[in-house]
Amino acid sequence: MNRNRKTDQLLGVLVKGCAILAGTLLLLVILYLVHESLPLLRTTGAGRLLTDSAWRPTSGQFGLWPMIAGTLTVTAGALLLATPIGLLSALFCRCYAPRPLGKLLRRILELLAGLPSVVYGFWGLVVLVPLIARIRPPGASVLAGILVVAIMVLPTIALLVDAALESVPADYSRGAAALGMTRWGALRGVILPAASSGIFTAVLLATARALGETMAALMVCGNVVRTPESLLDPVRTLTANIALEMAYAMDLHRSSLFATGLLLALIVTGLVALAEVLSPEGIDA
Amino acid sequence: MRNAKQRMPETLALQSNAERRRPPRILPRIHVETRKLTLRYGPHVAFRDITLPIRQGEITAIVGPSGCGKSSFLACLNRLTDLFTDCHVTGSATLVGEELVGTEIDLTSLRRRVGMIFQKPNPFPLTIRRNLELPLREHAVSDRHEVQSRMEEVLRAVGLWDEVHARLDTPALRLSGGQQQRLCIARALVLRPEVLLLDEPCSALDPISSGVVEDLIHRLRETYTLVIVTHNLAQARRIADHVALFWVKDGAGHLAEHSRCRDFFESPKCELTAAYVRGARG
Amino acid sequence: MRESRTDRLLELACWCSAFMVLAIAGWILFDVMGHGFRRVDLNFLLGSPIDAGRQGGIAPILVSTVLILGVCMTVAVPIGVGAAVALSEYGSEGRRATRLIRASLDVLAGIPSIVFGLFGNALFCRALGMGFSIASGGLTLACMALPLVIRSTEEGLRSVPVEYRHAAAALGMSRTSTLVHLLLPAATPGLLVGLVLGIGRALAETAALLFTSGYVSRWPTSIFDSGRTLSVHIYDLSMNVPGGDGNSHASALVLVALLIGINLTASLMANVWLRRRIRT
Ligand SMILES: Nc1ncnc2c1ncn2[C@@H]1O[C@H](COP(=O)(O)OP(=O)(O)OP(=O)(O)O)[C@@H](O)[C@H]1O
Ligand SMILES: [Mg+2]
Repeated sequence: MNRNRKTDQLLGVLVKGCAILAGTLLLLVILYLVHESLPLLRTTGAGRLLTDSAWRPTSGQFGLWPMIAGTLTVTAGALLLATPIGLLSALFCRCYAPRPLGKLLRRILELLAGLPSVVYGFWGLVVLVPLIARIRPPGASVLAGILVVAIMVLPTIALLVDAALESVPADYSRGAAALGMTRWGALRGVILPAASSGIFTAVLLATARALGETMAALMVCGNVVRTPESLLDPVRTLTANIALEMAYAMDLHRSSLFATGLLLALIVTGLVALAEVLSPEGIDA
Repeated sequence: MRNAKQRMPETLALQSNAERRRPPRILPRIHVETRKLTLRYGPHVAFRDITLPIRQGEITAIVGPSGCGKSSFLACLNRLTDLFTDCHVTGSATLVGEELVGTEIDLTSLRRRVGMIFQKPNPFPLTIRRNLELPLREHAVSDRHEVQSRMEEVLRAVGLWDEVHARLDTPALRLSGGQQQRLCIARALVLRPEVLLLDEPCSALDPISSGVVEDLIHRLRETYTLVIVTHNLAQARRIADHVALFWVKDGAGHLAEHSRCRDFFESPKCELTAAYVRGARG
Repeated sequence: MRESRTDRLLELACWCSAFMVLAIAGWILFDVMGHGFRRVDLNFLLGSPIDAGRQGGIAPILVSTVLILGVCMTVAVPIGVGAAVALSEYGSEGRRATRLIRASLDVLAGIPSIVFGLFGNALFCRALGMGFSIASGGLTLACMALPLVIRSTEEGLRSVPVEYRHAAAALGMSRTSTLVHLLLPAATPGLLVGLVLGIGRALAETAALLFTSGYVSRWPTSIFDSGRTLSVHIYDLSMNVPGGDGNSHASALVLVALLIGINLTASLMANVWLRRRIRT
């Protein structure tokens, strides 16, 4: 019996150790990012880092503004495109599609959600960019980035909204139908409000995904450090900047890339925390 | 079936066992006793100040309306309450003088001495053999012959041996509900407990299985001390020696009456009991 | 009347969106598959890259990929299962801590992969001195896969009815043997589904590996060698190697085929598991 109790204690300590390790991993990530970006933050300060528009790492100028602008445009554009289409496809799956078609669409969405970003980037590079280049060369541009990232986050939105709609009790829609409401009436009056927090969570998580997207942005956006003025201008996002320069960055330059990572991590943390607060029982993404 | 038939005359006699076994023996000693036992789930008091002696070798039936804390009371007696979130027990409960509430006792050996049967039959999703082996191994009984003989012994005791000895290695979940419940009783008996707590053991079963299990419980009397929660007053009357009525007052359960079976049904001390017995009859 | 017109319009919009999604999916898949199909053969799968990958095959890359996934899962699965057990079985012992850990895992799941790359580079490559290596890459991926493994194991554990736990406790079974004999077997199918999904996620990853496992496309001799995965290979061929598009297409086809295979396996497993649970 005593032996059993000892094994139990050992197991308890072991699994709790694992849990603590897993729980502190986030802290560890943030701490490392802070630690590595501290040299730059000390000399330049966070304010200048965010607002300066000169990125000349060789001469010690580390302004992230053009990249921030790039990331924000691409993210905003992608969400503007993906949110309505994602929402409508989810509605299609739940309310309008004949059973097998809805099932097929959901399968396809799951498949799209699992496709590697490098494949999306590659497709954008060999298909979309040449198409856009016909309008105005070189083709690698904000527009290409927006389109590819939109396609990437669309399944995220559609699947999460679909799950949110699924969790609305069937009684609601049946009740609405019993009251003689039209489909649209039922949707607007009953179902969408009931699923609204789920929909909002979906958009927040898609935002996080779009902000952090690296490969697609890296491959189709053109990677020129300049604040974009039109949709057809090339642009460099924060993530692409890290991916491009990390290989050879030293000292303060390296530190600035870690500061970029820290910025991204903090924004995402904020978004996920917001989603957590809004959704009733945690997130299942 | 056979058991059910045997049971018939007893049922018809409508006579409590305590009575039939007259002349009375010397009063059995007290096996489990609670004093001012109170249980809270968070701020909600499930039952309050229950003082109930349970005599050795007798069947004590607990009856009462739903939600008055009967299951919770049983869970105090084998410290299953440790598993419930936010559950606080105060007062005292003793097993042969040994305090159970708030002490650092060895739970493994406590639960070996105090077995429990639940309302819904809950055999493990393993074979019949593994269901009986697992608790034995757990309590360091690993000799092959010992395991085998104990298995046979308890399966015979619950009347399952003839039905299942040829298929001990099939999943326990393929048994019928009544067989599953008897397997659960066998699983508890295989550890040779002193006290058996039964929480509505028949209520998920059809009348025939229910009769078989009731019969079995009746036969276990004297070898074991039994505490049975039941909603079936006729059943309580048939098998119990003592009956305790729990009632809800101010949102918390309390002990309304505790008396010998015959007194409980024929000359209840308290109005509530009389009404309850009458109500259940009518 | 107005209402019913809106109704029609909405329905039309839904059909259009759905059609668009299907069209895009078809376009991407056919493009990747169509171009890659002609180039994928045994020589491609079993050969080494020649001329920076423009010619030849992807065998060493497949090996590096498998090694990285292996390192990732060997680390992520035991820790993940342990953590899941602690969260779901011992959760009531420290409810604040449990909530905190869950929240932190949710955030961790949302952190961009490139940030994991930075972290892995700083911790594994530099601080722990592993350099650009398969081990560094695998460990970085393990950090990313951890939330997924934990969540699916927890899901599996949650599917075990509480009655079993009560029955086990009432029989005086220790927590360890309850876990080993009852809970983990019941949770295994969920865990396996999670494992397969985790492999899929790791296989798709590129950004976190760019500067942790490196670019080297030679045959790896140990896990402390640098090695590139299939996804890094696709990136490198299409961005840095002019004329590498052909083999890039072929590699993309292999990657997508692997992922589809993995997804199908996972959903098949989930289905079988579901059916078995309904039957018993
Ligand atoms: N785990 C729990 N957490 C919080 N409250 C509980 C819990 N279990 C039971 N309760 C509450 O405690 C009270 C007593 O419950 P208990 O299950 O003991 O009643 P019971 O007499 O067994 O009822 P029944 O006859 O329906 O089985 C009820 O009000 C119930 O709502
Ligand atoms: Mg009960």
